[in-house]
Amino acid sequence: MTSARNVTAVFKRELRSYFESPVAYVFLVVFLALTGFLTFSVTQFYERRTADLQPFFFWHPWVYLLLVPAATMGLWAEERRRHSIELLLTMPITLSQAVLGKFLAAWLFLAIALGLTFPVVLTTMYLGKPDMGVVLCGYVGSLMMAGACVSVGMLTSSLTRSQVISFVLALVFCLLLLIAGWPPVTGFFTRWAPNWLVNGVAAFSLMPHFESMQRGVLDLRDIVYYACVMIFMVAATNVALDSRKSA
Amino acid sequence: MLEVRELRKSFGSFEAVKGVSFTVNKGEVLGFLGPNGAGKTTTMRMITGFLPPSAGTAIVNGHDITTHPVQAKGQIGYLPENAPSYDSMTVTDFLGFTAEVRGFRGSERRDRVEAAIKQCRLEGVRRQAIDTLSKGYRQRTCFAQAILHDPPILIMDEPTDGLDPNQKFVVREMIRKMAAQKIIVISTHILEEVDSVCTRAIIIANGTIVANGTPQELRSKSPTGRLDDVFRRLTIGGEEARND
Ligand SMILES: Nc1ncnc2c1ncn2[C@@H]1O[C@H](COP(=O)(O)OP(=O)(O)OP(=O)(O)O)[C@@H](O)[C@H]1O
Ligand SMILES: [Mg+2]
Repeated sequence: MTSARNVTAVFKRELRSYFESPVAYVFLVVFLALTGFLTFSVTQFYERRTADLQPFFFWHPWVYLLLVPAATMGLWAEERRRHSIELLLTMPITLSQAVLGKFLAAWLFLAIALGLTFPVVLTTMYLGKPDMGVVLCGYVGSLMMAGACVSVGMLTSSLTRSQVISFVLALVFCLLLLIAGWPPVTGFFTRWAPNWLVNGVAAFSLMPHFESMQRGVLDLRDIVYYACVMIFMVAATNVALDSRKSA
Repeated sequence: MLEVRELRKSFGSFEAVKGVSFTVNKGEVLGFLGPNGAGKTTTMRMITGFLPPSAGTAIVNGHDITTHPVQAKGQIGYLPENAPSYDSMTVTDFLGFTAEVRGFRGSERRDRVEAAIKQCRLEGVRRQAIDTLSKGYRQRTCFAQAILHDPPILIMDEPTDGLDPNQKFVVREMIRKMAAQKIIVISTHILEEVDSVCTRAIIIANGTIVANGTPQELRSKSPTGRLDDVFRRLTIGGEEARND
């Protein structure tokens, strides 16, 4: 019970710290403006004349790719640079409680950003009759995708004291995970790598799991896949901090 | 009782702390002295559970910091070097967070925060963000965080660093007042502080303890009877000490 309370305490502090600085509001505005622009202008949402949110969800991974590293880069890098980590880790809590609290706070922050896109749903409901099951499934998929990116960003943040390095590493890492299964990438590999390796790399990609959810197919395997990515990254953050917190 | 047993810490091939052992009992204020880079901060970081020791351990009121870190950390109030805190938070919010992590809820949490604010005279800045405070107030905020849960053991790394003379006096008064009920370890570069608050002092140089005794005992090691002479004699290489 005390462990849940410790996670909650860290979680609340971290979430508040987002909203204590203007960063949170800049982030939310940019997030909404960017998804709005990509959905309505680039994909020409209205001209498609179908009441679904595919063009909206299509862009989410790319928006996350750009913005999630910005939301997570400070999680541990800042804590280490300002030495507040020394306070946090000498409190009667375990490292994994602190890691989990921070991860959940950053994920919820992204969930808030995602939740604020509800006017897009309202617009489609006004224009036609979208299948709400498909919409919900798309949101679940997007939330899982965001969580996976957040967990990657938290890991890179724990590897360095520099927020800039953390941002760049998270961007590259997330990009690799996103495009791992993309035909041009797998095509590049098939030329010289054995088939099992190509399929192995492609299986790691975040994209296929997202695409099926976007179409409204809620498969437990996709959820499990995202959960595994997050658990792995959170555990890796734990290991990274445990060995490097002094530096 | 705080029992430090053969603590060692290596950073790569460099050994910063080379087997430090001492015990501190309730009612004692231990002064931790030593030149820059002697290993004071590193030793304190190991006792408080921030750095894992390369060897040895510390027993904090019966809890081993390496095997039962959470219980051991619960016994300690820690003021780290340079008083870090969460800069964007206000003083009240920051203390509220530390109270929450220390396990206080509801009205008890509020009372703890209020008491700490009062005790460290932070009433005037309670709604101010910590990064807009002066260095001394930041130090006091971190000090408040260390005593908020009334810990049986207080470990403070240069607690009077950056304070004005009045505040130095106030902090020493507070330490003296708490001394009877607690185990206190402070590191300092101010030798008068040793005389005014410490019941015992340890001098550490290059990661090893070179002297351990009451201020009077230490003073008697030098013909001049002054602590700074003793400090120099023990911490500068033997040759230089003989030259004066
Ligand atoms: N993370 C680290 N990596 C490498 N060396 C370190 C690290 N932390 C401390 N050291 C080294 O360990 C030695 C002891 O440092 P420490 O901070 O404990 O000294 P100190 O006694 O607190 O000094 P000061 O009086 O200046 O605060 C120094 O030589 C320092 O450079
Ligand atoms: Mg120091």
